[in-house]
Amino acid sequence: MLLLLKLFFAFIQVGLFSVGGGYAAIPLIQEQIVSVHGLMTLEEFSDLITVAEMTPGPISINSATFVGMRIAGIPGVLLCSIGCIIPSFCICLLLAHFYYKYRSVGGVQVVLGAMRPAVVALIASAGASILMLALFQAELSDAAFGDLRFVELGIFIAALVILRKFKISAVAIILGSGVVGTVIYALMGAV
Amino acid sequence: MKKDYGKLWTLFRSMFVLSACTFGGGFVIVSLMKKKFVEELQWLEEEEMLDVTAITQSSPGPLPVNASVIIGYRMAGVVGSLTAILGTILPPMIIISIISLFYESFRTNPYVAVALQVMRAGVAAVIFDVVINLAVNVCRTKRILYIAMMLIAFIAAYLLDVSAMLVILSCLGIGLLDLAVSQGKQNGREE
Repeated sequence: MLLLLKLFFAFIQVGLFSVGGGYAAIPLIQEQIVSVHGLMTLEEFSDLITVAEMTPGPISINSATFVGMRIAGIPGVLLCSIGCIIPSFCICLLLAHFYYKYRSVGGVQVVLGAMRPAVVALIASAGASILMLALFQAELSDAAFGDLRFVELGIFIAALVILRKFKISAVAIILGSGVVGTVIYALMGAV
Repeated sequence: MKKDYGKLWTLFRSMFVLSACTFGGGFVIVSLMKKKFVEELQWLEEEEMLDVTAITQSSPGPLPVNASVIIGYRMAGVVGSLTAILGTILPPMIIISIISLFYESFRTNPYVAVALQVMRAGVAAVIFDVVINLAVNVCRTKRILYIAMMLIAFIAAYLLDVSAMLVILSCLGIGLLDLAVSQGKQNGREE
């Protein structure tokens, strides 16, 4: 019971202090789970990060679930995940309330208007990083032109053309490219 | 703001499917949410979605959870928030709980590795599709300030590795200056 409470409060802290996206949460989780409470070894923790990166969902929820499951089973999963989202829930609910109350005010519109181009740029930047990973299996600085993967390039172009021309759900495109790509690599004998 | 409880099931289902298929970071799910809630369901305006993204990025906690809280609140108040959160966190909780039981074989399976690699090409295509639409709309405002901010923010975020939070806060500052300048002009005219 004491362990469960410890986990719960550890993940409240993770949720509260991980500002700025998934990767910001990793060092916090490491500190709470490995260093402060000693609930996992560093090796188990690196497995956790690998699995969390390979599966869908936010990295902190993934970690909370993984840690919770290994330490205390299903009750652990629930407590860790709930702990992780409590701060988000309270803070965002408050912000949402004020946003919808004041967003039509002229001055607020001007300020929000200036933030929108930045958001577009940030989404574009995330897209560019993922594209580099898909095409070169490396970040921009480490990418070598000779490593260009033509299968992924073909899938990217085909998927983008299909998205622009037809009304098709994003989920269908993502799963479809996974299936098509795996089949191509299997036929090439590369799996 | 009108609450619409009839949409709760669609809200839950949409969040569940998006969350189950989102590999790789918060901005991926923002692109998918934009496609789903702005383009397909037409529940939100495009500008609203960008505002929500800016708010979620500046709040602590996992980005997809933050976005769910705000979009859920918009559709059906606190009940909507809870519904959206549940849809967002259930898929990773279920998937990770199962995988944590046999993660060694998952991690080393060659088909899983190839599918995940090629799916990135599909994810990148979805993000580029959304970014093209958003960037065109920023250019349509015909404000040089906004277009320049978008380009500079992209360079800062992608090439210079400036944190997303810092980019958004800087643009918030520019927005406040913009507001002060435009109000100064108005006062000048009134006098």
